[in-house]
Amino acid sequence: MATNPTDLLYSKSHEWLRLEGDEAVVGITHFAQESLGDITYVELPLVGDEVSEEGEFGSVESVKAASDLVSPVSGSVVGINTALEQAPEKCNGDPYGEGWLMRVKYSRKPEGLMDAAAYEAFCATEGH
Amino acid sequence: MSDLRTPLTSWHEAQGAKMAPFAGWLMPIQYEGILAEHLHTRKHAGLFDICHMGEFRIEGPGAAEALSRAVSHNLETLAPGKCRYGFLLNEKGGVLDDGIIYRFGPESFMAVVNAACAANDLATLRARLPESVNITDISNETGKVDLQGPDSLDVLEKLMGENFHDLGYFSFREAQWQGVPVLVSRTGYTGELGYELYLPAGKTEDFWKALLADERVKPVGLGARDTLRLESGLPLYGHDLDENHSPAEAGMGRMMTSQAAYVGKEGAQVVREVLVPLKIEGRRAARHGDDIALPDGTVVGRVTSGSFAPSLGYVIAFGWVDAAHANGENFVVRAARTELPAQKVEIPFYKDGTARKKLA
Repeated sequence: MATNPTDLLYSKSHEWLRLEGDEAVVGITHFAQESLGDITYVELPLVGDEVSEEGEFGSVESVKAASDLVSPVSGSVVGINTALEQAPEKCNGDPYGEGWLMRVKYSRKPEGLMDAAAYEAFCATEGH
Repeated sequence: MSDLRTPLTSWHEAQGAKMAPFAGWLMPIQYEGILAEHLHTRKHAGLFDICHMGEFRIEGPGAAEALSRAVSHNLETLAPGKCRYGFLLNEKGGVLDDGIIYRFGPESFMAVVNAACAANDLATLRARLPESVNITDISNETGKVDLQGPDSLDVLEKLMGENFHDLGYFSFREAQWQGVPVLVSRTGYTGELGYELYLPAGKTEDFWKALLADERVKPVGLGARDTLRLESGLPLYGHDLDENHSPAEAGMGRMMTSQAAYVGKEGAQVVREVLVPLKIEGRRAARHGDDIALPDGTVVGRVTSGSFAPSLGYVIAFGWVDAAHANGENFVVRAARTELPAQKVEIPFYKDGTARKKLA
């Protein structure tokens, strides 16, 4: 199993978040992409949309499953990864890099997220 | 865990395959990934564990005539060494199961049926056959692995040291591998040249490993099996076929050529809904249960199978549509969050398959 980067925060719904100044970058975790299998479609919000903590902001589909994306942070969307329109498989191959989903200018610092060690322990309870 | 295990389940687990319960069995969904396994099968050869399916031997005086009344397969024109696809129907002509019947001799057959339906199929057939005809469930003692893909013939000939070029589509014969009897059947569900291989259950793992020793062969899970069969335009029992729909509704009316008075014959040609093949531009998939509507919003049906088609690069689906509206060309699929414009197309969805390739 690939290790989860220690500079990120993680949610129970398997999204990750990286704080960069007053913005946050969001993606899905290695565990999430592995559970879904080959990702064939990613639905992202539009730049300018408001997203809220624990609210849906899109969805991700694999050949056999579809799953909602849940935002780990509240704020307004200032960037989306448009490369995923043509290459959603980047979420499989590089979930913490080229497979990022959206950039949010957050309205308040997110709370209750896990660090990498806590997240790995959490994933272990989910059957991996 | 109560899930049944095939002779290969431990091998799948040792390989790290993603496993899941399927029709009462613990089966591999994927090894390296559905897309890679799908595309490898189209290009080279995929190997599938199909040991979960049911096999029955049916033989004895009067077997041909009695079986002809029990199932829709046209056995009058089926010669020994040939096999044929058809249906076990209820009294109303609804499909209880689909499957292939093999003819070994004038009064000797094998039926191959879906795992989820096998117990009911056996009881139904037993009730429909007279006492003079023996029906024996040989599922547990029979191993079944399927080799599918353009390289399958070459792989098989090399491994078994025998020429199978003369084996025609939907034909079979008994052969040997290291003294083990293997029934080689040129059939399949991927749209590619391929073989379904039956052998004693205890020899399955050795044979499986021997096939995989050829670098052109990769194991393929149920995930890619489903995308391959869907691209080939083949309906799946429990999704696209069920006991509330007739074979004619699934587009199989013209292949019902049996002259026998089989159970459900009249209802088999009744058409109230039509199984419509749909093409959806883009990558967002239609899923089982999504509504199918006319462009004006009137709901006229529902999706039974849908997936991104790895060989095609767009989404394909099957769905039941009211017969009165099934001739339309444009529909809308109402997926969870959006509406997807869908166009009726001809099957197979994927037209470049090698299944019927001439081998002379």
